[in-house]
Amino acid sequence: MRLDRMARDLLLAEIVSGMALTLRAFFKPKATLNYPFEKNPISPRFKGEHALRRYPNGEERCIACKLCEAVCPAQAITIEAEPRDDGSRRTTRYDIDMTKCIYCGLCEEACPVDAIVEGPNFEFATETREELLYNKAKLLANGDRWEPELAKRLELDAPYR
Amino acid sequence: MMAFFNTDLGIVILTLLKSLALIVPLLIGVAYLTYAERKVMGAIQLRKGPNVVGPFGLAQPFADALKMMFKETIIPAGSDRVLFIMAPMITFGLAVIAWAVIPVNDGWAIANINVGILYLLAISSLGVYGIIIAGWASNSKYAFLGALRSAAQMVSYEVSMGFVIVTVLICVGSLNLNDIVMAQQHIWFAIPLFPMFVIFFISGLAETNRAPFDLAEGDTEIVAGFFVEYSAMSFALFFLGEYANMILISATTTVLFLGGWLSPLPFAPFTWVPGVFWFLIKLFACLFVFIWVRATLPRYRYDQLMTLGWKVFLPISLGYLVLVAGVLEVFGWLPNV
Repeated sequence: MRLDRMARDLLLAEIVSGMALTLRAFFKPKATLNYPFEKNPISPRFKGEHALRRYPNGEERCIACKLCEAVCPAQAITIEAEPRDDGSRRTTRYDIDMTKCIYCGLCEEACPVDAIVEGPNFEFATETREELLYNKAKLLANGDRWEPELAKRLELDAPYR
Repeated sequence: MMAFFNTDLGIVILTLLKSLALIVPLLIGVAYLTYAERKVMGAIQLRKGPNVVGPFGLAQPFADALKMMFKETIIPAGSDRVLFIMAPMITFGLAVIAWAVIPVNDGWAIANINVGILYLLAISSLGVYGIIIAGWASNSKYAFLGALRSAAQMVSYEVSMGFVIVTVLICVGSLNLNDIVMAQQHIWFAIPLFPMFVIFFISGLAETNRAPFDLAEGDTEIVAGFFVEYSAMSFALFFLGEYANMILISATTTVLFLGGWLSPLPFAPFTWVPGVFWFLIKLFACLFVFIWVRATLPRYRYDQLMTLGWKVFLPISLGYLVLVAGVLEVFGWLPNV
């Protein structure tokens, strides 16, 4: 037994088999994605950049219930609200500090009207911090921009909710 | 024109030109060795490696070089400034100087001296000074630890390396690198002296502080070892020196064991190809193994490294030396000196 072990050590048996393994890996197809040009598929539940959605008639969904503000563990959301002229309750201010947000998705879960959602977009890096302090206009614009995809995602995820 | 090159001035100019003709390709080779390393290691780890700068990322080494040049050289407050600046120069200088005796083709060495192999040994032993000075002059714990490790390691492996070289020398009967290659016309020394070949290569890994013997750098324990404090061009010089040393060890292996510029088979279609080509092919094969080993093996523990050097390599190389000498003597194959 000891002789066997010694012979293996001296003949570098384990090192050679290890090297053979890495050499096989050398010729395998590579797993790298050519990122800006290729992207991984993402799940319908992917929690990316936030968006405020509208109803098909253009009316904003958010009813200023402030559940998202209450549930937000990072306290990234700030909402101010007052009744609109027609008596409906709407936000006058809806800010998300994207530098505080931890992308947990609780706001999305808390929302009774599917107004605030996290979209599929993860490429919203900016050059200044200020640009990451989103206000209501920015969030609504996001909603308008991503609406087709957002609706699709909600539909796909609906059976599991 | 030829008469001019026989005057004193002519010889100096000719040597300078020869050196330039060697050093420029060497530096480009070093640059592309870093690229090759990243590509090969990437491939082994199922990645693609650099592929953005230029076609297939081929401009990457130059982008890196430019970056290094434009960075600030930081000299630590407590350091010995003169030595701190000198250390990388020594390391890099020695890595380049050793190339003077390497024959790239029949007679194509800048200095075809009769003690070529001793010159190589001497220069590679001096290499440790650059590292020790760097570790000392940095005035930093990690750098100092790295330098200590590196010094101990290089000294231990040089001993068995010396015995391996002696084994080759008794088969050749000459210290001239040209003669060593020509002695391999019938059979490359890698075949009859296979265990020595392996030991030489592994000692070469230790000598150049490459994985799995890169304890002197040991990123996970002592950050970067002796060059923790270095930045910008002084760091780049260490880096270049390390890679130039890798190429040097590969070239030495090629000359000592793989038949230098000789073609693998000594007849027609192979002998038409110029010797430089064969030399480079063998060199690249050695360098590939250097990188391949780095991508495969984990770092040795320090005591294992010392055990391997003193308790395994030294007895084996010494025993094989005695065996080879005995065989040569008994069968009367000793070269005529």
